[in-house]
Amino acid sequence: MTQKKLVIVGNGMAPGRMLEHLFEKDADAYDVTIFNAEPRVNYNRLMLSPVLSGEKTYEDIITHGDDWYAEHGVTLHKAARVSAIDRDAKTVTSETGITASYDKLVIATGSNPFIIPLPGKDLDGVLTYRDLDDVDRMLEAAKRGGRAIVIGGGLLGLEAAAGLKMQGMEVTVLHLMPTLMERQLDPAAGFLLETEFKRRGIDVRTKANSHEIVDDGTGKVKAIRLDDGTEIEAGIVVMAVGIRPSADLAKAVGLDTNRGILVGDDMRTSDPDIFALGECVEHRGMCYGLVAPLYEMAEVIADNLLEGNADYTGSVTATKLKVTGVDLYSAGDFAEGDDREEIVLRDATAGVYKRLVLKDNRIIGAVLYGETSDGPWFFDLLKKGTDVSEMRETLIFGQAYQGGAPLDPTAAVAALPDDAEICGCNGVCKGKIVATIKEKGLTTLDGVRAHTKASNSCGTCTGLVEQLMQVTLGDAYNPATVTPMCGCTPLGHSEVRRLIKSKELKTIPAVMQELEWTTSGGCAKCRPALNYYLVSDWPDEYADDYQSRFINERVHANIQKDGTYSVVPRMWGGMTSSKELRAIADVVDKFDIPAVKCTGGQRIDMLGIRKEDLPAVWADLGKAGFVSGQAYAKGLRTVKTCVGTDWCRFGTQDSTGLGVKLEKFMWGSWTPAKLKMAVSGCPRNCAEATCKDIGIICVDSGYEIHFAGAAGLDIKGTEVLGLVKTEDEAIEYVAALAQMYREQGHYLERIYKWAKRIGYDEIRRQIMDDADMRKAYFDRFVFSQKFAQVDPWSERVSGKDKHEFKPMAVLTKEAAE
Amino acid sequence: MTADIRNWVQIGSLEDIPREGARCVKNGDMTIAVFRTAKDDVFALEDKCPHKNGPLSQGIVHDGCVTCPLHNWVISLETGAAQGADEGRTAAFPVRLEDGQILIDLSYSHEAV
Repeated sequence: MTQKKLVIVGNGMAPGRMLEHLFEKDADAYDVTIFNAEPRVNYNRLMLSPVLSGEKTYEDIITHGDDWYAEHGVTLHKAARVSAIDRDAKTVTSETGITASYDKLVIATGSNPFIIPLPGKDLDGVLTYRDLDDVDRMLEAAKRGGRAIVIGGGLLGLEAAAGLKMQGMEVTVLHLMPTLMERQLDPAAGFLLETEFKRRGIDVRTKANSHEIVDDGTGKVKAIRLDDGTEIEAGIVVMAVGIRPSADLAKAVGLDTNRGILVGDDMRTSDPDIFALGECVEHRGMCYGLVAPLYEMAEVIADNLLEGNADYTGSVTATKLKVTGVDLYSAGDFAEGDDREEIVLRDATAGVYKRLVLKDNRIIGAVLYGETSDGPWFFDLLKKGTDVSEMRETLIFGQAYQGGAPLDPTAAVAALPDDAEICGCNGVCKGKIVATIKEKGLTTLDGVRAHTKASNSCGTCTGLVEQLMQVTLGDAYNPATVTPMCGCTPLGHSEVRRLIKSKELKTIPAVMQELEWTTSGGCAKCRPALNYYLVSDWPDEYADDYQSRFINERVHANIQKDGTYSVVPRMWGGMTSSKELRAIADVVDKFDIPAVKCTGGQRIDMLGIRKEDLPAVWADLGKAGFVSGQAYAKGLRTVKTCVGTDWCRFGTQDSTGLGVKLEKFMWGSWTPAKLKMAVSGCPRNCAEATCKDIGIICVDSGYEIHFAGAAGLDIKGTEVLGLVKTEDEAIEYVAALAQMYREQGHYLERIYKWAKRIGYDEIRRQIMDDADMRKAYFDRFVFSQKFAQVDPWSERVSGKDKHEFKPMAVLTKEAAE
Repeated sequence: MTADIRNWVQIGSLEDIPREGARCVKNGDMTIAVFRTAKDDVFALEDKCPHKNGPLSQGIVHDGCVTCPLHNWVISLETGAAQGADEGRTAAFPVRLEDGQILIDLSYSHEAV
């Protein structure tokens, strides 16, 4: 029987695997010829990263050497790129002039790296990361030293960055998105990965948009310039932003293509004698760049070449980052959806993050960081669609914890020996905690912390301490003494604030990871709170998270019941002028604003403004000198005043002037909840300062400072903080008090509630009696104002967040029908 | 008209919407809120909370839901249904992503009209 002829275009891993299957089933069915554009045998492309990092050599990663081809009678044409296929004559011809005829043809041309069309992309020193030639070029560059820039913080880019670093280069990774590997990882795992890369001395810059690769004058790379004007010098630039199926040849010979070469479930192209395999394929709308699907395709083709009837139905894929010392695994689909549930396990000390996404009691996605040994097991459950409801409670702990009775955590703690260490930070063992609880009659977590220091530092053993209290006190222990911030964490606001400072957490993902949040991205309760705490604690370092703010603070106006907005410009100390009033009148007319009202804080509210009109309204108000009144902010609102010595026959001091000074000094500051102030010129108190968050009553001998009043849900007169002699002192004491509240208040906790919690005497002690402490608070307030006093209206008139105010699309009737 | 007749309309690209944010699409008298989650999933709901017609596009997006800015109802982005103890549902439109372009299926609104 004469052998049929099989020709393969491309010699990557997929055709290698396909031939193994084919020869296994029937070694003699085909006479095989391979055309390889690369001048070498078949090697394991997945192992390029260890070659780059120097942990392996090219020889180590060869999968099919020359012997293998000889042994199986395969003709391999190296460095022979195929340039033509004649489908009628059934022949293939290479650029080097070799022609071979076929009965069946397999196109496995793989993929090409995507080159960003930046100016300077063709300069010498701009590389891609795809094959061994690229690795050789990078190793060559590494010998010269200097800096390498990798564009792309995905799988390939990070592997290239780690490899180049190990070869001794300085490395910068530029990534367009806010977190690394965003296609495979959720933001929490992306944050851990970024931390690890930075720890290795790799400069990682997210949200970095490259603008141009700069020429050194001789056609070589000198630097890269970002959109924001930053310039980073570098000897080489590696583009690792993704791959595109290489379908040009197939397209040129008239096969159906889209992004890739289109195939059916039998892996045949639009020509039944031609199969397509690997990264060049588009199957059911999907193109794959990972090895597992390619192997599954290879098996199907091998079958169908032997008149089989196999089908490929698509793959779920798993990813593992191949950087030594970084354990990361992701598989399946981990998008959110309300028919989905998630199980999250975080261990901050060990740097572990695990997240499983379940749907109908089946795993559909998994992200593992730090500890990935259960990855294949989860992936297996995922692929098989195993019902996990039986092992759900312990599923996240992995395979080793399955079977046997479910663990009762309290029983496990009860069984611990007395010398078992509970709190690693403070070296407190179980016996000490139990003894102290009994001896002192402690019933609260705070009490145990105060007396034993257990869980008083990093807080991660809080759960263990609580279980110990449960074991020791039985029903006498009421764990609800700390109200959690929200459903995402058992920690209360105070603990979260303390830990943000002590652990120097400076981003929302950092807080969620280190404090072991039980959801992947928080909720509408905790996110605005965390955002405030970080703004307040790290004014110069933390970048405000816009999407974690309530709408009013995002668009700098107050949303009304019909979805329109109200706008309140500042009128410093309640003073205005004919010019200002005229400007307001003009704006009201021009934008047809339906309602204008005086507020309780001595300024003017324009109600019923359409969102689209806001920037134009602000532009007009801005021209008249108005800035935002921040009537929407959890921040400084108004400073109400009376006319004081300027006009009033009873006035003792310039209350209007002081009010204006206070407002000009303190505007823009974010506080836990809104902050309203007032200055009255005499004890008759026409500015109603004694029901404000902070108030001042001017008297003959100086200024009486009041605080912690309320005139809303609760009604409460103020407490007296103390008397000061000068205006400057009044401003200093008030700012120090505001800063103390900023640093300690719980989000949405008004000053009167905070003060009650802390104790009025303690506040008086720190602000009135302790000059050093007051000065320190004051200095921190002044420092944070440097970053806070930016008028949000003028920023938005100049174009900031303009997407917020325009519809994305306005559909015309034709489009809608 | 039956729901079988699909009416896919391209409304813009994924990059037009901030992550964990939303943009509006005007369709005659109706406003459709188009949401993008932290994981780049896109959902479209009529921009009206089932409670008191609050503009959902202005809410905080979290874990596959949006919290209405008016009274903190939590609405599922996928189904439009109110979560927790609240009851009600807002219209949800099928969404498709193609090469970063967002298409929404407006046939639902026809049916509703």
